[in-house]
Amino acid sequence: MSLAVNKDLDVKGLVDKVLEAYPEKSRKRRAKHINVLEAEAKDCGVKSNIKSIPGVMTIRGCAYAGSKGVVWGPIKDMIHISHGPVGCGYYSWSGRRNYYIGDTGVDSFGTMHFTSDFQEKDIVFGGDKKLHKVIEEINELFPLANGISIQSECPIGLIGDDIEAVARLKSAEIGKPIVPVRCEGFRGVSQSLGHHIANDCIRDWVFEKTSPVEGFESTPYDVTIIGDYNIGGDAWASRILLEEIGLRVIAQWSGDGTLAELENTPKAKVNLIHCYRSMNYIARHMEEKFNIPWVEYNFFGPSQIAESLRKIAALFDDKIKENAEKVIAKYQPMVDAVIAKYKTRLEGKKVMIYVGGLRPRHVVDAYHDLGMDIIGTGYEFAHNDDYQRTPHYVKEGTLIYDDVTAFELEKFVEELRPDLVASGIKEKYVFQKMGLPFRQMHSWDYSGPYHGYDGFAIFARDMDMAINNPVWNLTKAPF
Amino acid sequence: MTQVNEFPVSQNADKVLDHFTLFRQPEYQALFKRKKDEFEFGHSDEKVAEVSEWTKSEEYKAKNFAREAVVINPTKACQPIGAMFAAQGFEGTLPFVHGSQGCVAYYRTHLTRHFKEPNSAVSSSMTEDAAVFGGLNNMIDGLANAYSLYKPKMIAVLTTCMAEVIGDDLQGFIANAKKKDSVPEEFPVPFAHTPAFVGSHIVGYDNMMKGILTNFWGKSEDLETPKTEKINIIGGFDGYAVGNNRELKRIFGLMGIDATILSDVSDVFDTPGDGEYRMYDGGTTLEETKEALHAKATISLQEYNTPQTLQFCKEKGQEVAKFNYPMGVAATDELLLKLAEITGKAIPASLKLERGRLVDAIADSHTHLHGKRFAVYGDPDFCLGMTRFLLELGAEPVHILSTSGSKKWEKQVQKVLDGSPFGKDGAAYGGKDLWHLRSLLFTDRVDYIIGNSYGKYLERDTKIPLIRLTYPIFDRHHHHRYPVWGYQGALNVLVRILDRIFEDMDANTSVVGVTDISFDLVR
Repeated sequence: MSLAVNKDLDVKGLVDKVLEAYPEKSRKRRAKHINVLEAEAKDCGVKSNIKSIPGVMTIRGCAYAGSKGVVWGPIKDMIHISHGPVGCGYYSWSGRRNYYIGDTGVDSFGTMHFTSDFQEKDIVFGGDKKLHKVIEEINELFPLANGISIQSECPIGLIGDDIEAVARLKSAEIGKPIVPVRCEGFRGVSQSLGHHIANDCIRDWVFEKTSPVEGFESTPYDVTIIGDYNIGGDAWASRILLEEIGLRVIAQWSGDGTLAELENTPKAKVNLIHCYRSMNYIARHMEEKFNIPWVEYNFFGPSQIAESLRKIAALFDDKIKENAEKVIAKYQPMVDAVIAKYKTRLEGKKVMIYVGGLRPRHVVDAYHDLGMDIIGTGYEFAHNDDYQRTPHYVKEGTLIYDDVTAFELEKFVEELRPDLVASGIKEKYVFQKMGLPFRQMHSWDYSGPYHGYDGFAIFARDMDMAINNPVWNLTKAPF
Repeated sequence: MTQVNEFPVSQNADKVLDHFTLFRQPEYQALFKRKKDEFEFGHSDEKVAEVSEWTKSEEYKAKNFAREAVVINPTKACQPIGAMFAAQGFEGTLPFVHGSQGCVAYYRTHLTRHFKEPNSAVSSSMTEDAAVFGGLNNMIDGLANAYSLYKPKMIAVLTTCMAEVIGDDLQGFIANAKKKDSVPEEFPVPFAHTPAFVGSHIVGYDNMMKGILTNFWGKSEDLETPKTEKINIIGGFDGYAVGNNRELKRIFGLMGIDATILSDVSDVFDTPGDGEYRMYDGGTTLEETKEALHAKATISLQEYNTPQTLQFCKEKGQEVAKFNYPMGVAATDELLLKLAEITGKAIPASLKLERGRLVDAIADSHTHLHGKRFAVYGDPDFCLGMTRFLLELGAEPVHILSTSGSKKWEKQVQKVLDGSPFGKDGAAYGGKDLWHLRSLLFTDRVDYIIGNSYGKYLERDTKIPLIRLTYPIFDRHHHHRYPVWGYQGALNVLVRILDRIFEDMDANTSVVGVTDISFDLVR
């Protein structure tokens, strides 16, 4: 591996050339979001968390996607109402592979789509009355649901509905928590505000209104996993390592999570944060309110996993520290075998990443573990603090792009010709048509888990599968 | 609490275990149990089992059908995705969705997951300020950016519910944007208001189709031009459009018919993997679209996707005809006869031969279809087409359900059922959803379900095999490349149904020494 990437290329020149296609005003705005990482940089030198420019094909989603799709949706024993017209819940129905265990439709509801299906009269006369009825019907048909959340779609905030009043009233009536979430899609600039709003609602409508479950006894080894959505089972592949070093994971936020786990979280000794972007808010709140420290960790790839296990163990006693070393040692032979098998096939391959708010930096060392180089990376909805955390992972010369447009990404990839593009479903087929290997890095391309030691083996296999499949040799016809 | 070396490492570099097998290993099974027992504070297994049984009962069905407000697992999306689909079938057309940006990410994702193809559309990315002041500036800047970057031949504007609630006026906004030189004055920017809280994706399709035709056909003096011998065909929102439109074109070729498919996504959603990404490819040309005004007739293959469009065509002096997703022998006969009647072209012997071959195939297989009970769900036209075909096969459509279905549609389905002795047990459920269907399947069982990928949850719960034949199909690949219309299409549908029946039969006769007496080699 080299210490810098894109060394012999005029990447800055490429950026200027690509931006020429924009009208003047938009070119100036977009230029602030793209940079080439300099040596020893403290951050990436790009603006972030700013409104997308109209008409450019941003890859971003909305606040509803951040709340219903990311934070709340995976809480399996609650019913999440997509409150408003039918579409939002329909498109986000079962799309995110938040694995869970339960009897769907009976005590778990993760792969179902509940909506108040607004009609014109609901827009004109308001939807609160309908919401009352929706909640009553849910309560009757799904008696084992432990709570309800109301995920607001755009019209709710525009027509002046009072979902908080409905939530309070109905919650008292049915005797279960009902959480109103103001995550209308027009709020904020991306999914990110939806995460924040969803975090705040857990604070205000779970922590403030409920208490730890009776019968829950805490121990000095209690931790939580915060910001792991259990895509393809990620949280389980992480949990197993934490348990093996002797910790008790009392809550998973929110993949395969339950309301009780949210309620018991204030009993934790430490909150462990994987996806900082989507859940740092609640971690900070618990630090302030309950004096619970939080620590960021990274379970992608053996280098980061070992570092994180040691970092976590360092917060506990010697027994845990010893266990961490034992766990690292236990998995090392398997990791060595994975690297021995795949590194020769992947060494020196160049990757361009474009994902959400965590993975554009968090997965970098997993690629490095396989001898691969990241030549470009960027986030859909990161903030400044994410870009400050990024230089730790990527090398000088890396092309950084914030809220990249489809146009820019296509041009950058065309010119830099990476061996692999790691992004989302909307990007996948564009690059495969170009004859480029691609992996979806939101859904793990229907594979996974990628977290933990078990996940790393799958990650390595999948990257090899993408890059070394013979189909890429068939792209050009011999005539 | 697990101990460090309580379990050996199951993961293996030689044979990597992914989610399918990894989580069945003992260490994960123990982990699941611990999590459940110690931290989830869920309901007892007995209680869950009891409620689970209750959800399958007549009592539950009655409560379920008494629902008035909550919709659970519907078979409908919202207007804009239908409008986007319609727009994408035109040459070089970029849909421009005015409103919140997340919606566009959802539509693109949904269509991409089905077709396994890129899907291009832009948003005007309206946020709080636009909610207060209106989205005019977003339109002005957005059209300019989209035009410069993506160099479309046409931009088709539609709306999300946000823009509809605040009442943005597309016609005025587009005129304003043109005045500000966002796009040239003569550049086509058709539009459609597509409120998500009215109708569903099929209404959005209709609105956009009418919007685009209005853009090109608007000038009334054009009406003086005499009608040509050409005809227009509108396929509607169709997950099988790639295969179906190509099949239609083949049939037109065989019959010598000069036809324009209005919104033809067949090449748009099926570009080659040859090293080049084509953002635009294929589609109905703008010239053809303009000329389509002078066609003598417009035929819609999905009535419920085109009521306004057909009315508009009628006002422009065209003969109109409508079908309900024509599948099977008689529906194809009717389509061909209608084409022959309108165009004066004869149905060639080659098509008659195809018909004969289809009938022969049905005859060969009828013993496996006769009397088999089916549930069918999906869009209103698909349900009608599928029901008719099942009746032809001697199968019995029992539950026919469409969340977009109206009372009129229910009557139409009933009429189809009444036309055959095989329809005697059938009933149509308009405005109902897949949670209603779940109750129906438990209380009045069928042998097979016909629907889309969302039906896999019904299959899991009821153990009734699912046959995927309508949009969206996310968990099977490439079906949309094969037609389901025409005699050839009917043959494809027949084979899909039969394959599932035979797979089911084998799966149910595979226990050695117990059920495998019927594990026949020849069926």
